[in-house]
Amino acid sequence: MNAEPRRRPRLAVWKFASCDGCQLTLLDCEDELLGLAEQVEIAHFLEASSASEPGPYDLSLVEGSVTTAQDVERIHHIRAVSRRLVTIGACATAGGVQALRNYADVAEFQAAVYARPDYVATLATSTPISAHVPVDFELRGCPIDRRQLLEVITAHLAGRRPAVPAHSVCFECKQRGTVCVTVAHGTPCLGPVTHAGCGAICPAYGRGCYGCFGPGDSTNFPAFVPLLRRDGMDTLDVVRVLRTFNTAAPEFDAASRKELDR
Amino acid sequence: MATDAGGSAVIDKDGLDALVAVLAGRGRTVIGPIVRDGAIVLAELGSGADLPYGWGVELEAGTYRLRAREDGAAFAHSAGPQSWKTFLHPPRVREWSADRSADGDLVVTEETGTPPAYAFLGVRPCDLRAIAIQDRVLTGGRHADQGYRGRRERAFLVAVECTDPGATCFCVSMGTGPAAGPGFDLALTEVLDAGGHRFLVRAGSEEGESVLADLPRSPADPATREAAHERVAGAADRMGRSMPPVDLRTLMRETLTAGRWDDVAARCLTCGNCTMVCPTCFCTSTEDVTDLTGDHAERWRHWESCFDLDFSHLPGGSVRESPRSRYRQWATHKLGTWFDQFGSSGCVGCGRCIVWCPVGIDITEEAHALHQERESRAARPPGPESPA
Ligand code: SF4
Ligand code: SF4
Ligand code: SF4
Ligand code: SF4
Ligand code: SF4
Repeated sequence: MNAEPRRRPRLAVWKFASCDGCQLTLLDCEDELLGLAEQVEIAHFLEASSASEPGPYDLSLVEGSVTTAQDVERIHHIRAVSRRLVTIGACATAGGVQALRNYADVAEFQAAVYARPDYVATLATSTPISAHVPVDFELRGCPIDRRQLLEVITAHLAGRRPAVPAHSVCFECKQRGTVCVTVAHGTPCLGPVTHAGCGAICPAYGRGCYGCFGPGDSTNFPAFVPLLRRDGMDTLDVVRVLRTFNTAAPEFDAASRKELDR
Repeated sequence: MATDAGGSAVIDKDGLDALVAVLAGRGRTVIGPIVRDGAIVLAELGSGADLPYGWGVELEAGTYRLRAREDGAAFAHSAGPQSWKTFLHPPRVREWSADRSADGDLVVTEETGTPPAYAFLGVRPCDLRAIAIQDRVLTGGRHADQGYRGRRERAFLVAVECTDPGATCFCVSMGTGPAAGPGFDLALTEVLDAGGHRFLVRAGSEEGESVLADLPRSPADPATREAAHERVAGAADRMGRSMPPVDLRTLMRETLTAGRWDDVAARCLTCGNCTMVCPTCFCTSTEDVTDLTGDHAERWRHWESCFDLDFSHLPGGSVRESPRSRYRQWATHKLGTWFDQFGSSGCVGCGRCIVWCPVGIDITEEAHALHQERESRAARPPGPESPA
């Protein structure tokens, strides 16, 4: 069988506008990190090592959103040198919390925040990577879940589809045996419209899901928002809960705009 | 009430404590109702004292609240957030694992090991029927689920008849309760009156008889029998919900194009909660995982639901793309096509799907609406535009 030692696939990890939390999730995989380093050549991962090998790369993990003109150029370059490109986290998949700028005047923000706004060159919007280049797989979460990250990498190495379901958090919540916080306590919970992946952590601790994995693949906001209202949220609350890390995800964005138009 | 071929007796709270202890003493993991996180859930009982004495529940579509009760009853609640399928047909099980040996061969290891010997204390009559239905589904065909069979064959079932049905219960419509049907090892009926807090116990199997013989007990006196009978008969008159009094299987078949499906689809979140809490829903999917080396693989099986788009994903996409088609699949399977597949209804009237649906969609209300729609269609004179 083992004729020649197989060439290890080359992995690169890239950062755009983000908090580094998702890359840290990779460093957090302590038990698996050594095994990973045996299986892949970590060719570019500035968070872990300043050594950077040039491309091409077999798998690029991209964290962060596109917020500058340079970002746009850089992501096109990364796409060109990557066989597979996987975006990780809410910033890369939906634009992140920084996409709140999409609703506002960025020049005004700059003037309020920076002493020398003229030093800042930025785009008016924060957009997901998929708005700029084709993406092979999007891994959700703010931050991503380490089991899911390992699943995406191992699936890539084995050449199979990652087992990352796109259904609602409720599926995981029920499989975990958690008592539904909405039904039993009247606590607002975004679980029914949120993408699974976290293992339904928040309801397991008695609080409602706040949608950090973004929308699931089958949402019904016109039916869902009245439930939030029943459990005590007003228009502003509803808009706020939808406008966090995944504010620019199309379903969340449309639902929050609709609320404000009421 | 079912006949008690295997003998009967009356026990008090001490007898109930003894029942938990005797079952545990026989090497069983005793699972029963306890209060946790604002609900009555099913969990391992350390002793009879863990039972939810003095707790009842107030149920409505999409709402569940614990309510303290003055009378100190242990079983005055109806179906909670989980069912026994959590134990008999668990949410996630590993089916096998495979390792690549040094010479490149694959070695597959099946999951073996002795299944747990459960004792379930507090199986409501609807759930007793639900277990029988899952028995048929999972072990009654040509490809029996051996894992399920192992857990099921070793399980000891203590049914508890219902005396306080919830506002979402409709076991009378489905012919499953509130009295216990066949299949139990022991059946209890809780009685609280001037004569004290006690339980009429009937044995339904040899092991049930032998467990009963180990309990401190007194003979089943006529007054307790009478009181037990009355309480269960009274419960039948206090069902919170009902199904339309028609053949539901035919109703489903004749309303596949009803406008009502659009109505319910507009309200449905397709969140899958109803299927997960339903004690008869059995659908699963498998998932293969590998480790980083690719030398170790595992096959896991987990609960799936017809509300999941992936569930009906065939080459070319999901064949039940619309929420309408997914809700209709669920309802028509429960009430209609289950008969074709397994010879019975797939719904036992426990009401869980009504309570645990976040938006309170009610399968009985939908069935009534479908019935009305069919009636009004039949009453309308046939015209050129009669619906397809
Ligand atoms: S607690 Fe939230 S996530 Fe869990 S079942 Fe209820 S609505 Fe769904
Ligand atoms: S439950 Fe919701 S908010 Fe909480 S971690 Fe999961 S996706 Fe994020
Ligand atoms: S369909 Fe609903 S009421 Fe019927 S058995 Fe399932 S959960 Fe219970
Ligand atoms: S209703 Fe859906 S989840 Fe339940 S058994 Fe039928 S197909 Fe499976
Ligand atoms: S009927 Fe209710 S519980 Fe079932 S999928 Fe629809 S919203 Fe969820």
